[in-house]
Amino acid sequence: MTTPDSFQGQNAGPSLQQQRARAAFWFLAPMLFALFCVAAWPLLRTFYFSMTDTTLDNLYAGKWIWFKNYLRVISLPSGAVQYRGTLVDPNWWNAVWNTVRFSIVSVLFESVLGLAVALALNAEFKGRSIVRAAILIPWAIPTIVSAKMWAWMLNDQYGIINDLMLKAHLIDHKIAWASTTDTAMIAVLAVDIWKTTPFMALLCLAGLQMVPRDIYEAARIDGIHPVKVFFRITLPLIRPALMVAVIFRMLDALRIFDLVYVLTPNSAATKTMSVISRENMIDFNKFAYGSAQSTLLFAILAVFVSLYIWLGKVDLSGEGRK
Amino acid sequence: MSFGYRAIALRGIALAAIVAAFGAPAMAEEVKVVFGSTGSDLTDFPDLVKPWEDKTGNKVSVVPMPSSTSDQFAQYRLWLAAGTSDIDLYQTDVIWAPQLAQHFVDLTAAAKDLIPTEFPSIIQSQTVGGKLVALPIFTDAPALYYRKDLLEKYKQPVPKTWDEMAASAKIIMDGERAAGSKDFWGFVFQGNAYEGLTCDALEWVKSFGGGQIVEPDGTISINNPKAVKALETAKSWVGTIAPAGVLSYQEEEARGVWQTGNAAFMRNWPYAYSLGNGADSKVKGLFDVTTLPVGAEGDSSAATLGGWNIAVSKYSKHQDAAISLALYLAGPEAQKWRAIHETHLPTIQALYDDADVAKAAPIIPQWKNVFLNAVPRPSAPTLGKYNEVSAKFWSAVHDTLSGNGSAADNLAKLEGDLTDIKGDNW
Repeated sequence: MTTPDSFQGQNAGPSLQQQRARAAFWFLAPMLFALFCVAAWPLLRTFYFSMTDTTLDNLYAGKWIWFKNYLRVISLPSGAVQYRGTLVDPNWWNAVWNTVRFSIVSVLFESVLGLAVALALNAEFKGRSIVRAAILIPWAIPTIVSAKMWAWMLNDQYGIINDLMLKAHLIDHKIAWASTTDTAMIAVLAVDIWKTTPFMALLCLAGLQMVPRDIYEAARIDGIHPVKVFFRITLPLIRPALMVAVIFRMLDALRIFDLVYVLTPNSAATKTMSVISRENMIDFNKFAYGSAQSTLLFAILAVFVSLYIWLGKVDLSGEGRK
Repeated sequence: MSFGYRAIALRGIALAAIVAAFGAPAMAEEVKVVFGSTGSDLTDFPDLVKPWEDKTGNKVSVVPMPSSTSDQFAQYRLWLAAGTSDIDLYQTDVIWAPQLAQHFVDLTAAAKDLIPTEFPSIIQSQTVGGKLVALPIFTDAPALYYRKDLLEKYKQPVPKTWDEMAASAKIIMDGERAAGSKDFWGFVFQGNAYEGLTCDALEWVKSFGGGQIVEPDGTISINNPKAVKALETAKSWVGTIAPAGVLSYQEEEARGVWQTGNAAFMRNWPYAYSLGNGADSKVKGLFDVTTLPVGAEGDSSAATLGGWNIAVSKYSKHQDAAISLALYLAGPEAQKWRAIHETHLPTIQALYDDADVAKAAPIIPQWKNVFLNAVPRPSAPTLGKYNEVSAKFWSAVHDTLSGNGSAADNLAKLEGDLTDIKGDNW
């Protein structure tokens, strides 16, 4: 990147820095072009569709209707005024609430458990490499497969979970985990936590291995309690890695689709933003309306991530002042 | 160097093998059919189409889909909207014709000999704006399956009303559980939030005299005391005579409980009849079928009209072969085969008097009147908005059954939602 400063005192042609920046740009160009095609273009197109009345029957026949998919005012013959559109659609806000609730709880559990697993794996013990590989299995299984697998395990009649819990006398009757309104979200959360904790553990482990060992030795010599070591040394040092991991997970969790779609399809208790947007786009043939919801999903995601980064910075500067 | 020669030689052999495998019947075409797999139709399919393959020299390959009709529809709509030529034939639900009509070939001319042999109402259901969108391959009207051995054991009559059914189910369930079958249930049906629940709930509402959600003239009739009563009755089954998990059951899950001998009654389509009498079935020879119960003495039984059809994609590159296969699948030979092997109700009138069919599947001649009086889902009056209407209806029912609001509240809300969806006109 060239800055205005680099121009000062350079009258004889481009500086070395400029040349390098230009070369870097050309090396980056193919990647930028690819990113534009696979990320920016679909995003812009979704935004465009959300301002039209397109249906799936003909994607090119939509008329421009501005923000009517988001909000419009209808005056009834009786004189009453009603608001319509995604922004006043209770189903949409239910989905937003489901998604946010899911994301916060799942990311919280995954971070704590992931960190715990990473700490265990960071210790030296026999067979560590095998355990490290083994713990990644849930993450390696495609979500569709693991969701279907869990759907069977959670099945009320044949499911092994009910069977085990009955035998252990934890429950006194079989529970239909995925279909009861109260337990559907718990089921989705449990499966997601099971699946994604290894990913968090891996990222945390990478952070842990960056921490120089001699700090721990110094702490041990000073006779500092291990809990204090964790909160005063380990946690601050792996914080950057942890922050990035949490952002990744948050982005992933906010757009969750596959697990919910397979495990608890059509249940209002777990329908997320992605699920409801797909439902409108395809099942109900309201492509434009679904696009409006996708656009809002993008906006919410952007807000969440900015908020997170901003809050993270505030915290960091607070530490700097100490 | 020798490595290079070997590679070339290997490639040559591979090429020869490919040519031998695919090149020889150069004229034969490969026709791709897509359908959802329920019961044994996926495993039976190669036998079913063998005669057509032998006659024409073409090959049929199947693209299997999940058995939920809602899932299938979503995928088909995507493929068709994209104009894909990968799929030549689509097996379509009876309710889809108005929504997908523009993507399919008009089969009126091709099927001119077949049409007069069919039930006119079915042909009518697949005709959109004078275009015959799909050819019927079988029709469907559900039955109440009951365990005749258990009704006899507990001296219960074959139930006529839903309340009788629930009472018998309770007695049998309590008895069987006391005798040691801990997983025994009284009644299983399709309670998952999907198109199947619309079918089940339409039957409850209609058999209580509560109308059919949206009437043929387009009026929204669902918010009435009889419909409320119907849903309250159904709600009372969940967790008592039906497992709480029934709220996630589709056809196959219900059949799973039934066919392992763990239910006294089941609501299901006729396909479960031959499967229930299969060699690996625990209820083989122990059950019979009757029409679905009614709300009260004097109401009439209601069965939702189902049925599947075969449509030829406008985007197919093998249209002639595809039409030929469609005619075969909808024709008397294939329909008879399905009737005998899969107890699928034929759409060709003469097959109901066929001796072979009556012998293999006694339910079929018995079921002619049931399906002739079957209730259609409101796909005709609601046109392109049917899916949304159905989804709102099944959500309201699912909410009621899972104790999320009372039947009266949910139906009042549903009426508002449907009025919204309807707007000025369907």
